[in-house]
Amino acid sequence: MFETVLKPGAVGEDSRFRETYLKAFRWMVLARILDDKLASLYRAGKIHGGVFLGRGQEALSAAAGVSLQPGDVFAPLIRDAAGRLAFGEPVIDAVRTFMGSPLGPMRGRDGNVHRGRIDQGILPMISHLGAMISVVNGMLWAKRFNGKKGMVGIASIGEGATSTGACHEAMNQAAIEKLPLVVVIANNQYAYSTPNSRQFACESLAERAVGYGFEGHSVDGTDLSACLNCVGDAVEKARSGGRPQLIVAQLLRLCGHGEHDDASYVDSRLKSNPDFRDCLKVAEDELLERGWANDELISGWRAEAAKTVEEAVATTQREAAPDPFKEDWSALSTRHLCEGHD
Amino acid sequence: MSITYLEAIREAQARALADDPRVFIYGQDVGVFGGAFKATKNLANQFPGRVLDAPISEDAIIGMSVGAALEGLRPIIEMQFADFSTVGFNQIVNQAATMFWRTTRICPITVRLPFGGTSGSGPFHSQTMETIYAHYPGLVVMTPASVEDAYSMLLEAVAIDDPVIFCEHKLLYYHLKAEKLPTEALPVGKARITREGRDMTVVAYSAMVHEAIAAADELALEGYQIEVVDLRSVKPLDTDTVMASVARTGRLLCVGESWPWGGVTAEVVARVTQEGFGLLDAPPQRLNAKDTPVPYHPNLWAAHRPTARRIAAAARNLLRQ
Ligand SMILES: Cc1ncc(C[n+]2csc(CCOP(=O)(O)OP(=O)(O)O)c2C)c(N)n1
Repeated sequence: MFETVLKPGAVGEDSRFRETYLKAFRWMVLARILDDKLASLYRAGKIHGGVFLGRGQEALSAAAGVSLQPGDVFAPLIRDAAGRLAFGEPVIDAVRTFMGSPLGPMRGRDGNVHRGRIDQGILPMISHLGAMISVVNGMLWAKRFNGKKGMVGIASIGEGATSTGACHEAMNQAAIEKLPLVVVIANNQYAYSTPNSRQFACESLAERAVGYGFEGHSVDGTDLSACLNCVGDAVEKARSGGRPQLIVAQLLRLCGHGEHDDASYVDSRLKSNPDFRDCLKVAEDELLERGWANDELISGWRAEAAKTVEEAVATTQREAAPDPFKEDWSALSTRHLCEGHD
Repeated sequence: MSITYLEAIREAQARALADDPRVFIYGQDVGVFGGAFKATKNLANQFPGRVLDAPISEDAIIGMSVGAALEGLRPIIEMQFADFSTVGFNQIVNQAATMFWRTTRICPITVRLPFGGTSGSGPFHSQTMETIYAHYPGLVVMTPASVEDAYSMLLEAVAIDDPVIFCEHKLLYYHLKAEKLPTEALPVGKARITREGRDMTVVAYSAMVHEAIAAADELALEGYQIEVVDLRSVKPLDTDTVMASVARTGRLLCVGESWPWGGVTAEVVARVTQEGFGLLDAPPQRLNAKDTPVPYHPNLWAAHRPTARRIAAAARNLLRQ
């Protein structure tokens, strides 16, 4: 979507990095504006159920999304709007899924962040945390079984979900099968209200990499440049046959667990800690400082993103709601084996 | 030549591997070792790279096979014992079973569960799990009672585009024999009248079919003709065949090895009562295991589960009503 906007400068590492950076930044902007819109729709009572945002995690998520290519696999979690967009999920998928439109990818059967496009390698998460990593493993394993090469899978996860047995089982499995898997942990300091001190007792989750046979990396999740380099390198290593990779990013969730949550439990010292700045602001400052964009250009991008989001919302609001009388209530694809069919 | 229930399961897997390049087997010790029960004996050699040893990670085993199924493969998973599938339960009921309904993408995985009680196996190697999986939408649950069904239903399980829980009874593995493998089969979803009789219907599945037949033999000596219906699959459940049988006999006893709260026997009785109350000459009865974990000692185990004697006793009571 953003490929042609900026003419590349001189050919070389720098210009490639600049191009990736600008692309990632624009996905971050779009994700933030989309999230803000979803929050306001929630407050206006236009969304059934919860709204979960990725505010403060866009740099890491976008870095994951832009490092992937067609044929790769991405298992996003609840705070990955930026990564999803960057890997090709249209804005309207998010809006339709939050609003339960039958035209969305989940057709009103599942909502909010539980959406995906399996054909494009975007897995629709189930709620049960930790459960998606082994599914990515299976897709990577099957691609290799089918003779494909050079693919990568990224599984996104919060620090809280690393405490699940499923996460442990799947990471061990990926290492045994030598799969091109990159696990990206967003350590946003809280799992709902639970602080890290009640979640794990090791110094850094990156230490766990050794135990699993992964290569481990730590990164400042508020710094887009650092995220692009770290995730980009890890993805390339996995792609070219290296060990599975583990990335642990430090950042802070700049919103409630969901929009129903005022996050009053978040330690105020963390909120004022310069290590936990807003990644979008950090990236914008860097853009201006490097002279890669000016205020005018950035406002133009914002306006364009806002227009995309508003259009998606307007389109979705015109769509009819799912009709229970027209719904096909079959949980099996083999129709004659469905119970209670009449 | 004769073939056991277990060999039929092995042969079905060999055939599935030979006929369909999308099939692979994944489970603990299934590779060169051939599986805890030898249900995959020699398959790793015959089909290199397609019979994989898994770590002791039931959650990740199912998760990985779901991913592989999404990429077009047809995994057969062996749980070492059905009891351990509880550790993979989340992936079965929430990941695999919801996939088609949520996404329109099929999830053709076959999960083989060596299940049911055998003497000396105790609380954690004896469980029957069909009830709990049948409760969830999005799964087919098969419970073959014969060598022929074990073979043909496993092949069908692999061919079906939906997740299948294949409950194979460990008690039948070595003792149950057939002359040869079947060339044709009843479709999945159809129950079979294993023994005809006009006085009473006993509905059973898996190993309980054989207990029911033994009970029917005993009652035949007393002059009663007992009809035995083998459900074959508990989901879908073939209510039509059961109802037709009850219409002829007027009496229903439903036998299951599972625990008494809810489950297949309760479901059968509920359906017959609701749809066929007028066909019944006496209140329908259920016979299940006792409501405790499955005991270890043979004396306790034999008293815990329904046996031919208990079935015959329950049947006599019902016949007197
Ligand atoms: C297995 C499981 N247990 C509990 C929950 C409820 N839950 C949803 S999100 C969440 C917190 C997750 O924290 P973390 O993994 O750190 O991700 P974050 O929300 O911070 O991005 C919890 C407890 C769940 N979805 N899955």
